[in-house]
Amino acid sequence: MSKRVLQRLTEVFGAAVIETHSQHGDDTAVVVPSRWKEIAAFLRDDEKCAMNHFIDLTAVDYLNRREPRFEVVLHVRSIEKLHRLRLKARLGEPATIDTLSGIWAGADWFERECFDMFGVEFVGHPDLRRILMYPEFVGSPLRKDYAAQHTQPLVEYRPEAVGKLPPFDEHEGMPFGRQTHDRVEPRVNALGFSDE
Amino acid sequence: MEPLDIELDDGELELPNEPMQVNMGPAHPAMHGTVRMVVDLSGETITKVDVQIGYLHRGFEKMCERGTWTQVFPYVDRLNYASPMLNNVGFSLAVEKMLGVSVPERCQHYRVVLGELARICDHMVCSGAMAMELGAFTPFLWFAKARELIWDVFEEETGARVTHSFGRVGGMAQEPTANFKSMVRAAVPAVLALIADGEKLLLANRIFLDRVENVGVMSKERAIALGWTGVVLRSTGVPYDVRKVHPYLTYDRYDFDVPVGTSGDNFDRFMCRQEEIRQSARIIEQALEQMADEGSVNIDDPRIVLPPKEDVYSTIEGTIQHFKIIMEGIKVPAGECYSYTEAGNGELGFYIVSDGSGTPYRIRIRPPCFATMQGVEEMIVGGMLPDVVPTFGSVNMIGGECDH
Repeated sequence: MSKRVLQRLTEVFGAAVIETHSQHGDDTAVVVPSRWKEIAAFLRDDEKCAMNHFIDLTAVDYLNRREPRFEVVLHVRSIEKLHRLRLKARLGEPATIDTLSGIWAGADWFERECFDMFGVEFVGHPDLRRILMYPEFVGSPLRKDYAAQHTQPLVEYRPEAVGKLPPFDEHEGMPFGRQTHDRVEPRVNALGFSDE
Repeated sequence: MEPLDIELDDGELELPNEPMQVNMGPAHPAMHGTVRMVVDLSGETITKVDVQIGYLHRGFEKMCERGTWTQVFPYVDRLNYASPMLNNVGFSLAVEKMLGVSVPERCQHYRVVLGELARICDHMVCSGAMAMELGAFTPFLWFAKARELIWDVFEEETGARVTHSFGRVGGMAQEPTANFKSMVRAAVPAVLALIADGEKLLLANRIFLDRVENVGVMSKERAIALGWTGVVLRSTGVPYDVRKVHPYLTYDRYDFDVPVGTSGDNFDRFMCRQEEIRQSARIIEQALEQMADEGSVNIDDPRIVLPPKEDVYSTIEGTIQHFKIIMEGIKVPAGECYSYTEAGNGELGFYIVSDGSGTPYRIRIRPPCFATMQGVEEMIVGGMLPDVVPTFGSVNMIGGECDH
């Protein structure tokens, strides 16, 4: 439906649009991160696009699968024209990209969440701090190299509780045929408490 | 309101003029136990507020990456725990979109009926809790009684009252029971009667009206830019309802209206919810009418749907099929998709990335009230401290969904 938006985007930005596809009917454009903000502003202001409704912003970590590692994913739609678009940018490490909070006010918290969960830095964000995790938390929990069974308690466990707390081993709750994403590595949190 | 500024002699009682900081929550009874607001006050007027969420964060998205696709259902139940069935339906549709399959028509109507019942529950909880926080306890109890009637239906159908885990990829966990239609037809009018009673108490009540009218106003343009969806967006006058604008399941076959507000205040949000309950009742009636009494609710694909139990125990094919689905999970083709449905609070989106295995590579939920909550700051700054309660109540923030 919004094929025309993809067309328009490739017309105007040419080589800045790396690839497009419409898998499962979701129109997607991958753009170069350096022009992220410019393209987002165009999508909102251009009459033919008119993407004024902010929907979602998140990231995906393709560790050891793709280079560069991160993909920032934005979903927007148009209230009047009813079309949708997914805009993606690929980022290596350190992951930094321009903020969109000046273009859609809604991006503010979503970027904070993305920063919190993936450690993606949004340049120019007015208030970039953790939103779901606590300030003392170390690391980015949704990165694939953050082990799922890793814990960072703010208050140290009582000695008698150690060994009695779930998860009891790294495979707990794992289905037989799963793909292993976890790399088990003892870590030390801000309070100097290691999970080993 | 400006702080009391009377000329007083030195030493006499004087109200402090400098701003005062007050912590509301996370254990404040009006904050639903999961939000903290750091409020800067000048007198009773709010000058600045910092809304802090995350107290109910459970690492939902991380957990989803560890199990099979089917094992995600219990997690989505606990997103919006006021209407778990809508989340179940939303997630089933997302995986089905990825697989490129659609469920039989009977199942589509079945999902619609269960989903709309859950929506009625969701709206009643919100309206009732908001009234209760303003001191009107009776309507809340009546709405809770109405919710019991719906939960009885759910208990009969799914075996669970709240967290059903009833959705499945490619169908539902069970067929509708034999007296499903008659149960729903008996429950809905009773629910509507209780709602009408509760509404009568509130809409003729001066205290309630004074505290909701022209309080917590949000403009259309800001609401759109903030990414609002659902009732809160419609109350500002934007007729965006996923069921109408991008119909899924069989919503294009029912005749129903989308109520919109005019000013986007607490009163509009309350009224939109009440009207939507009635529209949901209309949809349920039509869906029951169109739903067939016979036929399967599951698609006919042995790679996706579990075989009947007697086949598992008596045939080798059935055993293998069961083993493959349970142990390895449903193989979802590699790729990405974004699927969205109208949940209790607005557009509930699932952005799914699969690497072709039986385990999700990444599941991103787009919780509608996360976007709504970031607008709360604008709604309450400049208002009075007591206005926080009805405003926060009327956006229907559900911690499980907002905090992932």
